[in-house]
Amino acid sequence: MTLSAELEARFDKLLKSYPPGRQRSAMIPMLLYAQDELGSVTPELVEEVARRVGVEPLQVEEVMSYYSMLHRKPLGRYHVQICTNISCLLTGGEELWQHACKKLGIGHKEVTADGQVSLEEVECIGACSWAPALQVNYAFHHQMTPEKLDRLLDSLRKAQ
Amino acid sequence: MADLVNLTIDGKPVQAPPGTLVIDAAKRAGIEVPAFCYYEGLSLQAACRMCLVEVEKMPKLMTSCTLPVAEGMVVRTETPTVAAARKSMLEFLLANHPLDCPVCDKGGECELQDMTFRYGAGESRFSENKVHKPEKQWSPVVFYDMPRCILCYRCVRICNEGMGVNALGIVNRGVVSEIAPNKQDHLECDECGMCIDICPVGALTSGAYRYHTRPWEMEHVGTICAHCADGCKTTLGVRNNQIIRGNNRDRSGINDEFLCVKGRYAFDFYNHPERLQSPLLKVDGKLEPVSWSQAIETVAKKFQQVREAGGKFAVVGSNHTSNEEDFYLQKFGRQVLGTGNIDHHRTGDVPALLDALSGKTGKLAVSADLYQRKAVLVVGADLALEHPFLSFQIRANYRHHQAHVYVVTPRPVREDAVAAVSLRDACADVFGPLESLRAKLAAEPELVIVFGDVVKGEAVRRLVDFGESLGIPVKYVALVDYSNSRGAVDMGLLPDAGGLALPEMLAAGDLDAFWVVGANPLKAGELRSRSAFVVVQDMFLTETARAADVVLPAACAYEKNGTVTNVCGEVQKLKKALGTMGTKPDLEIIGLIAREMGAAPVMGPWTAEKVFDEIRRSVRGYDIPVPVVAAGGAAQTMPVNGRIPLDGRPDLIRSARDSLFTSGTLGRYSKVLNSVVESRNNR
Ligand code: SF4
Ligand code: SF4
Ligand code: SF4
Ligand code: FES
Ligand code: FES
Repeated sequence: MTLSAELEARFDKLLKSYPPGRQRSAMIPMLLYAQDELGSVTPELVEEVARRVGVEPLQVEEVMSYYSMLHRKPLGRYHVQICTNISCLLTGGEELWQHACKKLGIGHKEVTADGQVSLEEVECIGACSWAPALQVNYAFHHQMTPEKLDRLLDSLRKAQ
Repeated sequence: MADLVNLTIDGKPVQAPPGTLVIDAAKRAGIEVPAFCYYEGLSLQAACRMCLVEVEKMPKLMTSCTLPVAEGMVVRTETPTVAAARKSMLEFLLANHPLDCPVCDKGGECELQDMTFRYGAGESRFSENKVHKPEKQWSPVVFYDMPRCILCYRCVRICNEGMGVNALGIVNRGVVSEIAPNKQDHLECDECGMCIDICPVGALTSGAYRYHTRPWEMEHVGTICAHCADGCKTTLGVRNNQIIRGNNRDRSGINDEFLCVKGRYAFDFYNHPERLQSPLLKVDGKLEPVSWSQAIETVAKKFQQVREAGGKFAVVGSNHTSNEEDFYLQKFGRQVLGTGNIDHHRTGDVPALLDALSGKTGKLAVSADLYQRKAVLVVGADLALEHPFLSFQIRANYRHHQAHVYVVTPRPVREDAVAAVSLRDACADVFGPLESLRAKLAAEPELVIVFGDVVKGEAVRRLVDFGESLGIPVKYVALVDYSNSRGAVDMGLLPDAGGLALPEMLAAGDLDAFWVVGANPLKAGELRSRSAFVVVQDMFLTETARAADVVLPAACAYEKNGTVTNVCGEVQKLKKALGTMGTKPDLEIIGLIAREMGAAPVMGPWTAEKVFDEIRRSVRGYDIPVPVVAAGGAAQTMPVNGRIPLDGRPDLIRSARDSLFTSGTLGRYSKVLNSVVESRNNR
């Protein structure tokens, strides 16, 4: 499978970051970076990563099925991850989650029809001090309220 | 040797080498610590927490399967705290485990059942619904029942590490975790069944055994696998004169608990519907059933006539019959029929190796050497397919002792994965690549060279010269194909000087009698002597048997006593597991013919023990300790003490290159092997 030049370079660097014979350690970062670029982890990508780190595709499948942050289906252009773990739960995370679902008309790990936004209910994202928190792709949004969430989602739906 | 570590386990002073795990130290001191995931020889997993023990000065219970011994350590393996911890671990395991012991194949030999019995977690506080998934069939051999699985990873590790196949994995997490096969919904693998036998519970079951019996209803007969030359011990579970399963869970043989698909499942040729159960006599061009006495009489009379008329005999022996039968057959041929036209299908140049090593001692490797020696060189053989057990030994050697493995083969082989250097000898000249390895090999402390039939005749001498010039201790294995290919050579199923070799027998137009015991030379060849009287002893109506005047139905390897010699020259005992009506062991058949011809005094009694005595007295290198063999052990023959007669016909040596799922003519009659091949073709 052909990858972009950036991804190729990333893969090369990752494979060299581990001692000889330990290349399988690069599997998760490779999958994550490739997922960012391709939108999801496709069966071809599984094969490709397996080949490059020197394991069986089944062993990549083991990892894929274990980690919830690796996706087989494409996510929205903006992936909104709302935390409902303890700190966020106590400060209104659950309401935020319900609100987002209702507003977008989609549920956990679903994508809006236009492919613009996807939702995921997640465990602690390490932002408890600023709970309730959520993440859009790699950007954090702290101390959210339903109003702030409305503005955020509206802007995401329009964003290009 | 490094100093031993002193520790105390359950009040017993124990000594163990540094690095020993507490669970093993305890075992050696006779204290059993229960374990599901720990398995000697496999990587550590620490997944089940059954092996928890109390260690003084350590704040929590420790997993003894990952804890190395330390000086002054005080360990307690059965305290109330430990028992309570184990009980609650069992409660967790059982939270999702069905209560179907009464219908589970594993019932009666299940480790989970035993432990529940011991620690009494029979009642559960969990009221959640159990996760249920239907049972899956992944191949003709392997079935998986997810709810029974306790996620110990044994199957995954034995397949990855032991077999080098990597066909199993664990997918998902938490309560829905399960084992997955490499091809989504099915397995593409060796079908060895190692994963099934190693499973502590009944999560993996075999197509051959499932729902057939209970373990305690069988008799267990340890004998030697009837297929390849590696000589694995297989313990046959027999009930009502039927073989229900094969395994080697008691680790009683040279193979420990290894068996490939053939040793574990391909015993099923014995009750193939086409099995011959009555002697056949050709009447008007058609084979008709006759009585044993009539058949034997016919053969004896004809043999006598030919002998009296000074006619020409040719005798072909087997790669599968016992040493006793081979010995008896060649003796009959030479002393009673007066012929030197004796041969078998030769599959490896053992005579050339023995000849090249003459005068030297300690040069022949046993199968254990492949596991113990620091370096192994494989020349021209795909061991994983052709010699699964030797391949297993080499992988284990690499895992456990970091052995250096060198590979010189025409095509990629599984050993490449563990090899320090792999070379492809595209031009079929192995000596070029070998020379390029010289410096590396010479730097090894010791070496075992395993070579296939590409190295024969003069090349064997050259290979030995090469090995001996390295200046390190080198041992050799000349690969041969089948369960007693080595014995056939040693017992003398080879022509005398001037005698006809097998292809020459077929090509000769003037044979008067052609006697084939357990071989199928007409599968690919044709007998030119149209008028020769053809006698065939076999289990099936093979191409050769079809051409016979008299067919005598023979017992198979699992139906007789005797000995066989494996590829490394290790002699082991065949033990009779059952009988098939109407058949007789070849030894008895030959004996009956001898008696009918009045040759009994020359031939001597035809009991396996008596013939073995004679072999010990008269066959070079076979003066081996009887008790070792009698007790089910392996004794190595030491035939290298002088030049042996060698007819130097490397052109006749040809390995059949049987792969994992074929086994010469015998393999055609195994339902399991056929179904595996079929399912692979249909995929
Ligand atoms: S049968 Fe053998 S090769 Fe196949 S999955 Fe089980 S252990 Fe692996
Ligand atoms: S199938 Fe058996 S061996 Fe494999 S993980 Fe489950 S319980 Fe263990
Ligand atoms: S490796 Fe050879 S002897 Fe061992 S079980 Fe397989 S076929 Fe039989
Ligand atoms: S609980 Fe939500 S960020 Fe930690
Ligand atoms: S045996 Fe120690 S954790 Fe499983």
